[in-house]
Amino acid sequence: MILTITTTHTPATDLGFLLHKHPDRAQSFDLSVGTAHVFYPEATEERCTAALLLEVDALELARGSGRTTTSDFTLGQYVNDRPYAASSLLASAMKRVFSTAVAGTLKSNQALADSALPLEIRIPALPCRGSSDFARQLFAPLGWEVVATAVPLDPEFPEWGDSRYLDLTLTGTVRLADALSQLYVLLPVLDDAKHYWVGDDEIDKLVRHGEGWLEAHPLRDAIARRYLAHQKGLVNQALDRLVEAGGDDPEALPPEATPAEDLPQPRARLAWTRRDAIVAELKALGVRSVADVGCGDGALLRPLLADASFTRIVGTDVSATALARGARRLHVDGMSERQAQRLTLFQSSATYRDERLEGLDAVVLMEVIEHLDLDRLPALESAIFGHARPEFVIVSTPNREYNALYQGMADGALRHPDHRWEFTRDEFTDWATSVWQNYGYRVSISGIGDADPTLGSPTQMAVFSRVDPVQDAAAEDAGAQDATEDVA
Amino acid sequence: MTRRIEIPELAMVMLIGISGSGKSTFAARHFLGTEVISSDAARGLVSDDENDQTATADAFDVVHYLAGKRLARGKIAVIDATNIQPEARKSLVAVAREHDVLPVAIIFDVPEKVCLERTLERDDRDFGAQVIKRQAATMRRHLKGLAREGIRTTHTLSADDIDDAEVVRTKLYNDLRHETGPFDVIGDVHGCRAELETLLGTLGYHITRDEDGRAVDAAHPEGRRAVLVGDLVDRGPDTPGVLRLATGMVGAGHAFVVSGNHEAKLVRALSRKNVTVSHGLQDSLDQLAQQPDEFVAEVREWMDGLISHYVLDGGSLVVSHAGLIEKYHGRASGRVRAFCLYGDTTGETDEYGLPVRYPWANEYRGKAMVLYGHTPVPTAEWVNNTMCLDTGCVFGGSLTALRYPEREVVSIPAERVYYEPARPLAPPVEEREPGLLDIDDVLGTSGVETALAGRVSVRPENAAPALEVMSRFAISPSWLIYLPPTMAPVEASAVEGVLEHPTEAFSAFRRHKVGRVVCEEKHMGSRAVVVIARNLEAARRRFAERGERTGVVYTRTGREFFAGKLGVELVRRITATAESAGLFDELGTDWLALDAELLPWSAKAQGLLRAQYAQVGAAARASMPVALAALDVASARGVDVDALRGRVAGRDANAQLFVDAYRRYCWPVDGLEGVQLAVFQVLAAEGATFEEREHAWHMDIADRLVAANGDLFRTTRRTYAALDSDEECAAASAWWEELTAAGGEGMVVKPALNLDTSRPQPTQPGLKVRGREYLRIIYGPDYLDADHLKTLKNRSVGRKRSLAAREYALGIEGLRRTAAGEPLWRVHECAFSVLALESEPMDPRL
Repeated sequence: MILTITTTHTPATDLGFLLHKHPDRAQSFDLSVGTAHVFYPEATEERCTAALLLEVDALELARGSGRTTTSDFTLGQYVNDRPYAASSLLASAMKRVFSTAVAGTLKSNQALADSALPLEIRIPALPCRGSSDFARQLFAPLGWEVVATAVPLDPEFPEWGDSRYLDLTLTGTVRLADALSQLYVLLPVLDDAKHYWVGDDEIDKLVRHGEGWLEAHPLRDAIARRYLAHQKGLVNQALDRLVEAGGDDPEALPPEATPAEDLPQPRARLAWTRRDAIVAELKALGVRSVADVGCGDGALLRPLLADASFTRIVGTDVSATALARGARRLHVDGMSERQAQRLTLFQSSATYRDERLEGLDAVVLMEVIEHLDLDRLPALESAIFGHARPEFVIVSTPNREYNALYQGMADGALRHPDHRWEFTRDEFTDWATSVWQNYGYRVSISGIGDADPTLGSPTQMAVFSRVDPVQDAAAEDAGAQDATEDVA
Repeated sequence: MTRRIEIPELAMVMLIGISGSGKSTFAARHFLGTEVISSDAARGLVSDDENDQTATADAFDVVHYLAGKRLARGKIAVIDATNIQPEARKSLVAVAREHDVLPVAIIFDVPEKVCLERTLERDDRDFGAQVIKRQAATMRRHLKGLAREGIRTTHTLSADDIDDAEVVRTKLYNDLRHETGPFDVIGDVHGCRAELETLLGTLGYHITRDEDGRAVDAAHPEGRRAVLVGDLVDRGPDTPGVLRLATGMVGAGHAFVVSGNHEAKLVRALSRKNVTVSHGLQDSLDQLAQQPDEFVAEVREWMDGLISHYVLDGGSLVVSHAGLIEKYHGRASGRVRAFCLYGDTTGETDEYGLPVRYPWANEYRGKAMVLYGHTPVPTAEWVNNTMCLDTGCVFGGSLTALRYPEREVVSIPAERVYYEPARPLAPPVEEREPGLLDIDDVLGTSGVETALAGRVSVRPENAAPALEVMSRFAISPSWLIYLPPTMAPVEASAVEGVLEHPTEAFSAFRRHKVGRVVCEEKHMGSRAVVVIARNLEAARRRFAERGERTGVVYTRTGREFFAGKLGVELVRRITATAESAGLFDELGTDWLALDAELLPWSAKAQGLLRAQYAQVGAAARASMPVALAALDVASARGVDVDALRGRVAGRDANAQLFVDAYRRYCWPVDGLEGVQLAVFQVLAAEGATFEEREHAWHMDIADRLVAANGDLFRTTRRTYAALDSDEECAAASAWWEELTAAGGEGMVVKPALNLDTSRPQPTQPGLKVRGREYLRIIYGPDYLDADHLKTLKNRSVGRKRSLAAREYALGIEGLRRTAAGEPLWRVHECAFSVLALESEPMDPRL
């Protein structure tokens, strides 16, 4: 991995003083991650270029000593771009090797260190997660002219498109110390990854190196968020491993928590409307005990907990990670004993029968069924309607017809990458009717959200009410009362 | 004289006697220390003081809890406490009832004076005569009520008896575990004597007749015994004839009979008890009225003595009239008997006025096979290792037997309709839910018992992510009969300049005394499991298909490879090829499971390729030329960077080799065009698995698929080597060199005989030996650098091997269970466990 810094300041060779490295010598520095080399491809009065080349220690990588923030057991830990791309490894190396320049001090000529110089910085392989315009958005507000060219993924397979790397050239008149600090902070931000554990001291570093330019940066929040990346939970790692082991497409795993709320305004409101509608429905039905199956991180549990008429609240999800997150968000650990007694959270799956769900007044399946392949729906029906058999089941699901009203949604697109399908109103009615017939429930269907006269409501909701079989006197055949014991 | 005290093997034994009557001494002499639960000891456990009376309530909670745990596990519990108050005994009886075991009392009838002397001798007892006196009075006052309290078995020991007493443990009447069969279990007869005789004849029994030609016994020349599930009587034409034959067979030791609800009711009717005469009871009473009184008295007594269920064959078989949940197997209580006779009644009645029965078999997860009758069904079918054998003979259906342990159904049709059923025979549709699993099937267990590797355990933290993957991404469990095991690589090679080499595979198998190995080309694609049904009917029957699917091709994590029409078309092509290669007929099956590799890699691993491998190449391609150019310019102006340049150039070259390596496994596909399957094992078919067939047999079938459709199927090149021949091993190594030099991924070395159960420990089913260049995409472009390689050679393959062996055992177990027609949850727990094990932390490069 390499970056070059060029100046046309006169004399250009002042760059050597500023960097504290002699232009005519190649120097090496042993660092924990490998060896950094500084040399000057050109060094004339008119133009001087310093190159920083980091030879990543291959052994270090081979050991896989958990130096990446995703310290899991996926292959990415071993086969990765670190030897070639400008990541946080290069940023750290730069800070170490050019420490005086980063600090902006030059005893012999502080005025030089304090002045803005004409600089050109080239990073031929800069990892950039997100849109390729992100680099421009980061550097342009800092006074740089940005030229970023996307590197193709593999010229032999042009259909694969571009890689995540940019060949980046920054040109501008900037104080060298500022330029280096900006690179130090923004390289890992662009990569959205660090090679080391992100702890509390990272906050100090961010503040120190961002001084003077970060505070007013239009993307300040995004920069801080990425710079302070957090480590994922253990279950996530296991999932990552499974996905990789299966040769499955990691992109097919939906991004965590990209709920409808992330999307345009009407749908954000819709999520709240939906929760309110379901809670209102539960109250109208006189429900006291309720399970939210597929509770995710507890969006519906929160309003349920806030309402004392619900005496027993159960939240289940198939994802142990989501449940753990839910427990944190609901502050389960800090709940009073009385409050905590009302709530039970456990991992379960809607396609498996679970007797812990039996005996409740109601089960809610809020935006759950569309996450199951259609041929798995009968298993859910049997588990919920056949076995848990609460008095009421409330099911909400998107109305596909309504999608036409969402701007920017492609034809036939679904509202979430993990939705396997979305029902039209007729399809939903057909499904609800078959459940009603098979399992002995009455059903009424309504809409949630602002309804369109022709396309209906954005969300559709079915409320199922159990029809109890006639309780008859036990037949005489069942008269087991006088049965006697087998022995004696 | 020795006093014999008979105690059932499984019982709640309470010792009743005042302080100093010798209970503890007696208990210590006749029971194991662990069998005795003492209230004094419990008082000590909770309060540090065995005599602290304030701790009594807590101490008895402990006593009840411990007793309950023992009884639940089928262990006797002996309660060493005074047990003189009715309330104390009542709570113990409740614990016994909860676990469906008999409460038994041993009463210590010892004079107060003796007790007082003994008590005074003890240093740790500080109570005196008053206490002893009061205890004695309490005990005497309530002893008569023991039977009313539910304690029907009591033994009273006088002071003289105590020292000479002998405790004998007796089996429960339902305990026939020592009877190991083989058996022929026969469904509800209901007075159909002719059909019973025909069925016994079909089963190979010889019938003995009396001088009037009436059947009085039947015996099997090979010593098989019949087991009748009850309801011999009522409705049919010849209840006395059936009883005559059955009593004869039981008397001669040729049959066992459990009681049905109709026997129980007939006994009550014959005893002149007040019963409503219906359901064909009148027929029996009329027929018996024709018989001599002594015959009637005899059969009445015989029926009255029938046991409600039997546990046979070491606990592997349970026979009861109306089925039995596992918790009740081998237990004795009123509710157990009620379940045996009447089933799991809900108290409701259906539209025909018959009791609604809870479909307990759907939830049955027990180890023992349960055979029963009671509810007529059109045909006998397995539901979770249980089978209802009542096929409605008296209603014009058939009389059915199951041969045990063969699991073979034998059925003969009724000669006519003798009795009109109150409701149609067809069982309610919703009772059959073969596709539904219980969350406890996967989260509630801690492992799976396998034939090959014993118990394979699964940790909860691994089961949790597996549940998510299984629920969200996997195909329906009824199709997901198998997840392929991981495969371990050879140990790092001693050969210079390579990480893996065939030599280590050969020596590993040589150490395990394998004579000959097959070396199979390893295809660089994605592991694929193919499960196909010959037609939709087979799919519905075997895989509980509710839609139109007739097969599926899925990944190592149970995900379908191609969704929608492409998937359907792929299955159609595979099935058509299997059909034209004659596989279904040859294997006598209407479904097949195959283990294969699906190519190209890029067809399904696009995400991985583009997110990982190609990115590395792109980064190298972008940065290395810039670095080299800068170094060249610097060098030209006299800066000494030559050594660095050399290293950078080396890395650049390695990166290019890395890109070359992955590119070999990518080619464009359009729909299914370009997609290929390399089959390497036939996994299972109806009634059979094939892991014990030589690999040559599997390869031959694979070749026939290729011959039938060379576009879709791809051959697996292979060679064989005898491990005692250096020449053959060298030739196989050379073959590997050639294969991998041309870009091949490598090869898998397996014992030519495949699974060889004659060996005590199964060796690894195969070891992979990957090629030099292929390993670049696993270990990184520079892995062959001397230092790097030296470090890598320290790798340890032990855990990977252990994982591979466990997953292999689970895979075979699941297939065998599938082939044997075992219930879905038994198959699913195997596949689920493989998925769970795959989330164990493991170096992915192995």
